Amino acid sequence: MAIDWQAFWLTLQLAITVSAILLIMGLPIAYWIAFSPWRWKFLIEAVVALPIVLPPTVLGFYVLVALGPRSPFGRWWIAFTGHTLAFTFSGLVIGSILYSLPFAVQPFAASFASVDRKLIAASATLGASPLRTFFRVIAPLSVPGLITGAALSFAHTMGEFGVVLMVGGNIPGVTRTVSIDIFDRVQASDYAVANATALLLVVLSFAVLSVVYGLNRKAWVTGAWNIGPAK
Amino acid sequence: MKLVPQILRAVSGALLAACIVLTATRAQSQDKKNATKLTVAAAADLSSALKEVGDRYETKTGVKLKLSFGASGALTQQIQNGAPFDLFFSADMDYPRQLATAGDADGSTLYQYAVGKLVLWVPSDSVLDVERHGMNILLDPAVKKIAIANPQHAPYGRAAVAALKHAGMYDRIADRLVLGENISQAAQFVESGNAQAGFVALAHAIAPAMRGKGRYWEVPADFYPPLAQGVIVLSHSQHQKEAAEFLAYIKTAEVSEVLQKYGFTLPKK
Repeated sequence: MAIDWQAFWLTLQLAITVSAILLIMGLPIAYWIAFSPWRWKFLIEAVVALPIVLPPTVLGFYVLVALGPRSPFGRWWIAFTGHTLAFTFSGLVIGSILYSLPFAVQPFAASFASVDRKLIAASATLGASPLRTFFRVIAPLSVPGLITGAALSFAHTMGEFGVVLMVGGNIPGVTRTVSIDIFDRVQASDYAVANATALLLVVLSFAVLSVVYGLNRKAWVTGAWNIGPAK
Repeated sequence: MKLVPQILRAVSGALLAACIVLTATRAQSQDKKNATKLTVAAAADLSSALKEVGDRYETKTGVKLKLSFGASGALTQQIQNGAPFDLFFSADMDYPRQLATAGDADGSTLYQYAVGKLVLWVPSDSVLDVERHGMNILLDPAVKKIAIANPQHAPYGRAAVAALKHAGMYDRIADRLVLGENISQAAQFVESGNAQAGFVALAHAIAPAMRGKGRYWEVPADFYPPLAQGVIVLSHSQHQKEAAEFLAYIKTAEVSEVLQKYGFTLPKK
């Protein structure tokens, strides 16, 4: 048996989709965490960090139950689309977003919080709306943090196993990701292909991450972004 | 301003308490270590039956069983890589034989303890009349997903595929199959309502934890090769004598009764 390219393509699609969604979804959450004056916000920070603590299989089991017809959300989804989300690509995306959320939100929030407040105040004094301030001041100064968050959530999803095992159902081309494929091969004592697949996964992930971090470094060194890093 | 010392005091207090609890439990487990323990790898369909067998054996002899459940293929692979098990209860005869051939198990101890039965299982709130229509319910459009154990390393998964092929239905439903890592996960896919039907072990369908949660149809025995299940003593075991004694207990009528209660049939002697 040869390497399962379909699994590679699927895993890559999953990782790109998840990190793209987290990049969009994570921004407002991280902004709120960085700037909200609410005294209880540490509770929300703790909730965001929970997926790191929960074993992926436990998280996956909860997702499986939440997606199924025994939960209100699952019932609503089934009434709406006619099928359950478990065992589908969308189901994997939902599970992976939960699973990788802290890996996107925490670097985002940390870099937002490190932006010099004087610059934000100056922008407001000059009449810029908070939204404009965010896109013209905060976001450009946080590019390294944004890239780190996106790269971490990408990498985390590439190597995801427990959640996919619990909600995926191992369907070729739909939910059989590389990690599941490797697991299956090892269980079937097909070590040669398991090794080759694992090696390829490592090489591919290394290549993607090097490119991302390389770009990140260039942004710092040449000051390619409009405004240099805050001192 | 006094908050920081207070927090420090609270934290050190909690740490101290944790240490005391840990030491106490460690001491307790040291006491128990003197009693013999057998570490047993077992196919997932045995999860209820073997627990009862283990409890009975412990009351009788004081020997405690530590049970690990999984797909037989997965467990075989772990044993080949040095997992510290004393005995292995497989859901077939091939995996134990394979281990014996490779020198990981003692071939002379191989014993067929039961024959497993495959059932088609639906949740109790399902509209599908599985008891009357059997496998034909799988053609119902309401059945979007059908759970089976992964046939690559689970004997029950292979039995399910064989039964579907025997009925001439495999090609029509293959795109709706979802694979559980072992037979327990396949059952869990159905129990959680995400798959509308699934092939599980009869042992699952009638286990106390599952009773009342679903209805089932026994797949006729001639639809799939018999699920003859074998147990074998492993070569790496440090407790060869105790393992042999437990194996002797497995052969008694008492254990046969327990196994029958949990949906296994006995091999014809």
